[in-house]
Amino acid sequence: MATIHVDGKAYEVDGADNLLHACLSLGLDVPYFCWHPALGSVGACRQCAVKQYQDENDTRGRLVMSCMTPASDKTWISIDDEEAKAFRASVVEWLMINHPHDCPVCEEGGHCHLQDMTVMTGHNQRRYRFTKRTHQNQELGPFIAHEMNRCIACYRCVRYYNDYAGGTDLGVFGAHDNVYFGRVEDGVLESEFAGNLTEVCPTGVFTDKTHSERYTRKWDMQFAPSICHNCSAGCNISPGERYGEIRRVENRFNGDVNHYFLCDRGRFGYGFVNRKDRPRQPVMMLSGMKMGVDAALDQAAALLKGRTVIGIGSPRASLESNHALRELVGAENYYTGIAAQELANLQLICQVLETGPLPTPSMREIEAHDAVFVLGEDLTQTAARLALALRQAVKGKATEIAAAAKIPEWHQAAVQNVAQQARSPLFIASVSETRLDDVATQSVQAAPQDLARLGFAVAHAIDPSAPAVSGLEPEAAALAQRIADALLAGQRPLIVSGASLGSRDVIEAAANIAQALKNREKNASISLVVPEANSMGIAMLVADDQGDKSVDAALQALTSGRGDALLVLENDLYRRAPVAAVDAALAAAKIVIAADHQITETAKKAHLVLPVGSFAESDGTLVSQEGRAQRFFQVFDPSYYDSGNLVREGWRWLHALHATRQNQPVDWTQLDQVTEACAAAHPRLAGIRGAAPKADFRIRGMKLAREPHRYSGRTAMRANINVSEPRQPQDRDSAFAFSMEGYAGSAEDRQQIPFAWSPGWNSPQAWNKFQDEVGGHLRAGDPGVRLIEPTGERNTWFAVNPAFAPEKGQWQAVPLHHLFGSEETSARAAPIQARMPEPYVALNKAEADRLAVNEGARLTLSLDGQTLHLPLRILDDLPLGVIGLPVGLAGIPAVFADARVTDIQEAAQ
Amino acid sequence: MSTLIQTDRFALSETERSAIEHEMHHYEDPRAASIEALKIVQKARGWVPDGAADAIGAILGIPASDVEGVATFYSQIFRQPVGRHIIRVCDSMTCFIGGHESILDAIGQQLGIAPGQTTADGRFTLIPVCCLGNCDKAPALMIDDDTFGDVRADGVAALLEAYP
Repeated sequence: MATIHVDGKAYEVDGADNLLHACLSLGLDVPYFCWHPALGSVGACRQCAVKQYQDENDTRGRLVMSCMTPASDKTWISIDDEEAKAFRASVVEWLMINHPHDCPVCEEGGHCHLQDMTVMTGHNQRRYRFTKRTHQNQELGPFIAHEMNRCIACYRCVRYYNDYAGGTDLGVFGAHDNVYFGRVEDGVLESEFAGNLTEVCPTGVFTDKTHSERYTRKWDMQFAPSICHNCSAGCNISPGERYGEIRRVENRFNGDVNHYFLCDRGRFGYGFVNRKDRPRQPVMMLSGMKMGVDAALDQAAALLKGRTVIGIGSPRASLESNHALRELVGAENYYTGIAAQELANLQLICQVLETGPLPTPSMREIEAHDAVFVLGEDLTQTAARLALALRQAVKGKATEIAAAAKIPEWHQAAVQNVAQQARSPLFIASVSETRLDDVATQSVQAAPQDLARLGFAVAHAIDPSAPAVSGLEPEAAALAQRIADALLAGQRPLIVSGASLGSRDVIEAAANIAQALKNREKNASISLVVPEANSMGIAMLVADDQGDKSVDAALQALTSGRGDALLVLENDLYRRAPVAAVDAALAAAKIVIAADHQITETAKKAHLVLPVGSFAESDGTLVSQEGRAQRFFQVFDPSYYDSGNLVREGWRWLHALHATRQNQPVDWTQLDQVTEACAAAHPRLAGIRGAAPKADFRIRGMKLAREPHRYSGRTAMRANINVSEPRQPQDRDSAFAFSMEGYAGSAEDRQQIPFAWSPGWNSPQAWNKFQDEVGGHLRAGDPGVRLIEPTGERNTWFAVNPAFAPEKGQWQAVPLHHLFGSEETSARAAPIQARMPEPYVALNKAEADRLAVNEGARLTLSLDGQTLHLPLRILDDLPLGVIGLPVGLAGIPAVFADARVTDIQEAAQ
Repeated sequence: MSTLIQTDRFALSETERSAIEHEMHHYEDPRAASIEALKIVQKARGWVPDGAADAIGAILGIPASDVEGVATFYSQIFRQPVGRHIIRVCDSMTCFIGGHESILDAIGQQLGIAPGQTTADGRFTLIPVCCLGNCDKAPALMIDDDTFGDVRADGVAALLEAYP
């Protein structure tokens, strides 16, 4: 600790910080541009100047850049000093010389750091009256708009994009007063994390193009604390709504999870919420007849009367909705809606995490690991935000080198300069090249079985009591030894694996490495990626159930006649099981009811569709791959704009149907009751009660506002329907109000923050005001509850699997994941569709040559007896004997991991 | 949409390629050879076309945007075609006092070009430069690799004559 004196007042701060960091953490306002809590200091913009004095007797002082000055003990500074203030006012005036002052038509306006800082410095008179330098803008793809004239040349964009996120196609060109931030030529920004530029850029150079199409100022949008549903990482988001549409998704700071950054699927994949073709009233699919809530419930109850209802839940639906379905159909008739092989792997993952020796790190903690082995996951495609965390983990080496040279971690340019290319060890073993290989010490590609064997060999090399792998090739054995040595040399080794290859062996190998590291008493961690937002939650929900809870078992129950009606919750069965099996089950079921927010292929074949809310219209709890239970809250009430909109939470529909069937009154009128019932019924999920404050939570007696206090136009927004303004919708389910009335500030500690705003801070940098220290954690504690802490009771080894041995004329299908396209709901958003690859089949170059087929050739192949027609994509590093298929794209079978492929040939023209 | 981008394909000649590869091995980090690589291309072609960024980046193993960043930073790396001869007129303080404007005027009268322009016949390009290290002989200018001091407006025509 150090004592610093700011304008005559003494404060205790961390002496390892710089003055800007320390002052902001104390809540003192110092303007800044180039500094960012996640990017450190470079001292480029000169905006954060303060006056520093030798000691208490020094009255002259000198100007210093607070971001470049350590907050060492007995530092005397003044922020309010007249000379410092005048200097800062000049700096912002210079930065703004060429700025177009186009705030009224700029999409950054209202959440603009440049606006905030300009107001803070008091620069309110423009003196420059000459021609401004102008630029041509670039077309950067479907996500991000470019308006270079607004640039103040703070360099944050390239520092984030290149140095933080590992991008290679954004550069800075030119010199002196004519610098240009962009690509060498027009084209899509390639990084999967490009969307963060919209928040990192302090002004409107990079803005959200998807927001632009239905633009609304930040102060005119309604927000709620939400959780991204597009993968298992559990990033916290802040979706903004106006007129019943989601307008944008902004990052929501969670110091344990995503802190300042999201991936582009999470940020730009929300479009499915706004689709016109969503079901918004209950509808009888055959006749197209729409009906009201009560009529639909009566109809559903009548259809299901006297029948045995099979309920299929979903890993993309909340725990509450799945639990309500389970209550409705009974535990014996509830199925997870997950394919058998995947469910078995999920249960194995649960078991490894619950009873294994090592803890799962939070996403933030991943950044602090110094030796990493990624086994079988293409993280950038399957849980992208984790890949960004690993990009920070490998920088641990740079921080270490810098520390040895007495350079503080925040001194970003110096750290980078002294460390050059030095990185902490990261080994990646995957089926095909990954977008993280560029920072890997070594990456290797092999078939899933051989990846697992490499993993087993690493475990054995770490701890000889782990089973040895016989018959391993010498290079693989040497690599395993290198990986083992690197993990053992690290202070905090991490093993990352997961379910994306559908390979049990890979997960078991990762578990053995974890056990081996524990036996060698390493302070290690294990992180296992699961396929979907609530895969982990669903696996925990059925962990104590008897029998097969897979979708295959559910379909079997229908075809065998054990059940004669089907109720599907937020699930498209055609994405879970072979077409023939789904067709047979749907044909066997006398009644099919689908409750979903999209008209899926399954919903098209239902008799009745109940319109359930997406994440934007409902509340619930998800469990991330970390085992963190997090609550997402309803962003808006869709019936406010259209009383005919009967979208309700899944659990609300299902519970009401349950009550109607039993002719009983509805018990659950509030989310908390469902959460409580779910927690009570499943001891593993007991912790979800504490995932967020209950509906009766108040601050100073107030609910929490979903809308900023400047929210405008409320009295007029329904005037086309009725000039009388109705009462605002009431939210019984949460502590949030559908209103600007309620608590919206930063002075009181709180975890659940719909939107970041504090007086004078309208941009995402307002998160400063909610944190214990800037860039640290929320003062009220980061949201969410960890449900899994390992007991370490299982200490047996998993046995080594046999090597991959393809037979002649046969290939093994392996899943290739795509950030844009493999996830069901985001793939329904137009901007994501613009980035999705066309379906393909991938082969190694040597195999393609042997078959005498070229890139793009149309191939036919037989996969477990099913014939597929797909164009060829040649992947040089794909192992021999496997073919890769893109998960989730049109025409690709639902389940194919491990499937046998034969008869590959060029299709007749 | 930018219209400044040339779309015709660019390929390094074998000589350029081997010169860059040779230069690259003088440095621990190939990135350090960026400037030399650009100078090699400029020496061969008189200027550096857009496609060179990709080609040089591929040899050095760095992103094209990094090469382009270097190429656009330095005013002596030419990103547009220039004339056969480059006239650099110093406009730094000493030459400014010493009357560099009269030199620019004389060149302008002689060739009909202003700073930044190239003569229609492609013979000369005129650019300002901020010091030639020749302050004791202000005003100074440079034509290709030859430096001239104490230049007088009436002597400009004779100087230019030597560069056909």
